[in-house]
Amino acid sequence: MIATDIAAILPEVILAVLAMGALLGAVYTGGDRTTPLLIWSAALVMVALGVWIGFGMSGTRTAFGGAFINDGFARFAKVAVLWSAAVVLLMSLDYLSRCDLLRFEFPLLVALAVVGMMMMVSAGDLMALYMGLELQSLALYVAASLRRDSVKSTEAGLKYFVLGALGSGLLLYGCSLAYGFAGTTQFSGIIATAQDGHVGIGLLFGLVFIITGLAFKVSAVPFHMWTPDVYEGAPTPVTAFFATAPKMAAMALFARVMHDAFGAAVADWSGIIALLSVGSMFLGAVAAIGQRDIKRLMAYSSIAHMGFALMGLAAGTGFGVQAMLIYMAIYLAMSLGVFAFILSLERDGRPVTDIGNLHQYSRQQPLRALCMLVLLFSLAGVPPMVGFFGKFYVLRAAVEADMIWLAVAGVIASVIGAFYYLRIVYFMYFGEEREPLDPPASTVQWAVLVASAAVMVFGVVNLLGIEGPAAMAAEALVR
Amino acid sequence: MEYLLREYLPIVVFLGLAIGLGAALMLAAVVLAVRNPDPEKVSAYECGFNAFDDARMKFDVRFYLVAILFIIFDLEIAFLFPWAVAFRDVGPVGFWSMIVFLAVLTIGFAYEWKKGALEWD
Repeated sequence: MIATDIAAILPEVILAVLAMGALLGAVYTGGDRTTPLLIWSAALVMVALGVWIGFGMSGTRTAFGGAFINDGFARFAKVAVLWSAAVVLLMSLDYLSRCDLLRFEFPLLVALAVVGMMMMVSAGDLMALYMGLELQSLALYVAASLRRDSVKSTEAGLKYFVLGALGSGLLLYGCSLAYGFAGTTQFSGIIATAQDGHVGIGLLFGLVFIITGLAFKVSAVPFHMWTPDVYEGAPTPVTAFFATAPKMAAMALFARVMHDAFGAAVADWSGIIALLSVGSMFLGAVAAIGQRDIKRLMAYSSIAHMGFALMGLAAGTGFGVQAMLIYMAIYLAMSLGVFAFILSLERDGRPVTDIGNLHQYSRQQPLRALCMLVLLFSLAGVPPMVGFFGKFYVLRAAVEADMIWLAVAGVIASVIGAFYYLRIVYFMYFGEEREPLDPPASTVQWAVLVASAAVMVFGVVNLLGIEGPAAMAAEALVR
Repeated sequence: MEYLLREYLPIVVFLGLAIGLGAALMLAAVVLAVRNPDPEKVSAYECGFNAFDDARMKFDVRFYLVAILFIIFDLEIAFLFPWAVAFRDVGPVGFWSMIVFLAVLTIGFAYEWKKGALEWD
């Protein structure tokens, strides 16, 4: 009995044990000198686990009395989380060593956060959900204040901690209400209490609080206020991590809770999520216009993108979940490329983040500027790029679910949002003459940037085959 | 549903009264009160002396570290008690779960010890 349970969570156990072993190994031997080795081995382990989970497992297995579900949906999210975390680790090595931030705790915190995320996307029970979420969040709070002698970084860590704790508190309150009114913490038990497509008023309160807590974690409007400050204050590799893997995990968890626990009462939550979605899309599009710092700009951009992903979820259908997964996968690929670019921006050996530094960048680095142009077009959703197809999928999901107004709002927000992406392109190609930036040195960052841009261009053929796995994942969740 | 909502009616009434009264008192202070501050009035009062220094004090961060370490091990005890009381009923799975938990805690303890978190200087 227990042996089969352990077998179902073997990838998580392996990653957690390796992280703890590496923690002891590093602190008792070389300390911070072991960081490059740890970063490389953590990335390799994550890639290997991703391959194993993605290609070596099939079917649906539950463990620990239904608290842990290993199905196609969880596996899709896990592979995305593991691979994007590995890419972030590899491209941050160069930045960390030049900023004297090579602490061996960083790769271990990322690994532990990834364990939490894998737990989140596999949760089949409110307690497993909370455990995974907290493991992820606590590791991320520490990572945000990695540069502990900088006021901004510690402020980012503290803000993230206080607001994250508030979000967790709201989520817990919702969980306790759901438990009180449903009589069980298991998703399969909660879904059985819905009658005629609606849940009771007590359970509805619990649902609203759970949605609030999860909206904090995916930074959807009106629970987004921590995002820009945390993104700006945290060291750039940590920001790159925040913008990718945790977003995927939180969005997958969102879909898991909505469909697994409240899937019989879609009408009760789809309106709330549609509202979160519209708010996020518009605030992300409008508030980013005034931003000069590219990390803050990416924070608002990620809020807007979460709005689009939530649109797929708001549709409340299997196709909506599929659209959301495709959108998130494309978003991860774009974000990794953009952050590889941001990580390479330096002047006089110091990292810079002001977009004024990008004037005439195309003259200094034509290939990099071209890659960035492709990525920015893709972020804005300009047709030939893959980013357009992500938006197309979620809009189609909204239209098919008879939410025409939501789709129209999405298109309008997308047009507004295109302005600030295109402004960066304008600066790079037609800007004023400025003092040039340092020539970038890291080959890993270069490779990630070029690969990400190539995916945005060549992915139009068949979205690199992501459609089939996403459809299977959505089918596993929405039956 | 109707019944549930009606049960909360006194709380809504109470909330409305509290907000209304609070707002009324604060607005009254803004509208009615006489205000002409001078430096002596707004300065901190310290038994007739001039204030020696700022009222805010900086604490050594190590106090917090020790407090947090204390809380972690205190919570561990709180977790161990019910386990010990129910020891006969939890079976081998319960026993080994707790051993794994303690092992993880020990790894954290070894890390903080080696890092020097337990040394005062």
